[in-house]
Amino acid sequence: MRADLTVIYNWIPDRARVLDLGCGDGTLLNALARDKNVTGYGLEIDPDGITACLARGVNVIEQNLDDGLANFDDNAYDLVVMTQALQALRRPDLMLDEMFRVAKEGIITFPNFAYWRHRVHLGLRGYMPVSKSLPHAWYDTPNIHLSTFNDFEHLCREKNLKIIDRAVGVGGNKGSLLSRHWPNLFGEIAIFRVARQC
Amino acid sequence: MTTTHTPTFPSGSVGLISPQTLHFDEPLPLICGKTLSAYDLIFETYGTLNANRTNAVLICHALSGHHHAAGYHSTDDKKPGWWDAHIGPGKSIDTNRFFVVSLNNLGGCHGSTGPNTINPETGKLWGPDFPMVTVQDWVHSQARLADRLGIERFAAVIGGSLGGMQALQWTLSYPERVAHAGVIAATPKLSAQNIAFNEVARQAIRSDPDFHDGHYSDHHTLPRRGLKLARMVGHITYLSEGAMGSKFGRDMQGDQKFNFDYDVEFQVESYLRYQGDTFSNSFDAHTYLLMTKALDYFDPASRHDGDLAKALAPAQCPFLVVSFSTDWRFPPSRSKELVNALVRADKAVSYVNIDSTHGHDGFLMLDSRYQDVFAAYMDRIAKTLSLGERL
Repeated sequence: MRADLTVIYNWIPDRARVLDLGCGDGTLLNALARDKNVTGYGLEIDPDGITACLARGVNVIEQNLDDGLANFDDNAYDLVVMTQALQALRRPDLMLDEMFRVAKEGIITFPNFAYWRHRVHLGLRGYMPVSKSLPHAWYDTPNIHLSTFNDFEHLCREKNLKIIDRAVGVGGNKGSLLSRHWPNLFGEIAIFRVARQC
Repeated sequence: MTTTHTPTFPSGSVGLISPQTLHFDEPLPLICGKTLSAYDLIFETYGTLNANRTNAVLICHALSGHHHAAGYHSTDDKKPGWWDAHIGPGKSIDTNRFFVVSLNNLGGCHGSTGPNTINPETGKLWGPDFPMVTVQDWVHSQARLADRLGIERFAAVIGGSLGGMQALQWTLSYPERVAHAGVIAATPKLSAQNIAFNEVARQAIRSDPDFHDGHYSDHHTLPRRGLKLARMVGHITYLSEGAMGSKFGRDMQGDQKFNFDYDVEFQVESYLRYQGDTFSNSFDAHTYLLMTKALDYFDPASRHDGDLAKALAPAQCPFLVVSFSTDWRFPPSRSKELVNALVRADKAVSYVNIDSTHGHDGFLMLDSRYQDVFAAYMDRIAKTLSLGERL
């Protein structure tokens, strides 16, 4: 499993009702259903991802996250997960409102734009960063709202969301000592566990 | 039932198929209040029922469909059954692994008891006296067919359009007897516009002078003009604007010159007339009337103050809901309505919207993504039943 998914997998309690926004090929939901009796749905728009979910028996609903979550009731889920999708949304801030309407708690991962390699790309070489976590060229990237650990924490404060836990992913691993101490500089993937305060 | 492979049929075909008929003596009480004292159901099967009887798949047909879903009735047949694209060895509904049952519904005109069969009480054709049948009645009769075939529980009940409504009804009428439901290009209820189109079709038939208040067989005639018009209107709703445009555009018969008369000029006119003519010579007008009413009446939420999620409470099985992007008869939004209600009712559901140019008819076609989705879902059912791999 992808490094950020392993962290999330461990954070999700048994029997949780989970909504996975941008569930990809259903790896996470499938493992959670199999090992932890987790139930719920995955939302996805990528045809290959959807077909893989169907083959796995993951409940997948073809739905564009930019259209919102109006079809999901308030507090219908224990947890809402969104891995590597925040940066591709038209309005990530509005999505956070929606996420914490349907669930009290959420887990969000995204590529950290302030990762040192990205900084080298942009700051020293003068090019838009291309890396393992940001593999696209500037002209064809789906990532239209890139942010950093600091940016996300700032937005959570503004929205009165409490950060329960934070982890980093670097190059497929769980993260080095450096990245745990200075995530904004050494963390390639930002992983946040956030809760609504009420 | 004989299923033989001869080299004359394309590979992936179930080959030569003979329909079967079963007679039912136990009276069938209908939703309309009447009772069918006895009836016949004609059906076909493809593949082999396994020893545990766990691999049966029921196919439910749409408005003008019938039991002949796959294969050929004779070596002279130009076309295979209506869902041959998806049923056969190695196809999405893989007959190497699944035992497929496809019937003609009551009220139909292809061999099951309906308006064009003899009413035993009068010794004459049922005609306009054939009772109104609903989706619930069909499902009831399908369950009895399953009983006779020794099928306690279907691995899947699948249908497109009106057939999808039957699949949905199965999960409500017999939740313990269906392991998966495939609801394709369907809707949980008709819209006012859908009913309006059906009413135009019915009026076309009923206002045909040859209809004779439904007693056309007594007058040795058929309301062909009415049925033709009904089919022409219906056919427009099955195709997308884009599909019609790319198929016909404004192309004309012969040279691109106006004749300034009312003969066929545009190719789309010729196509519609041909479709209407073919249909009016092969389909029964009463069946068409009955089927459109069954469509109009279907609304499982109506018994629950319009709350579809509440109506879906009895369902136990996972659903696959599929819509087609250019379907404007039952557009993706109608499938989403069903999906959202299933989510609210906390049911297992997957939903796919196929990008298709074919409009409502997309559910009958072979499209690579549709095929991938359908096959992946069926493979997963086969896997949970240990039916082996698709070859």
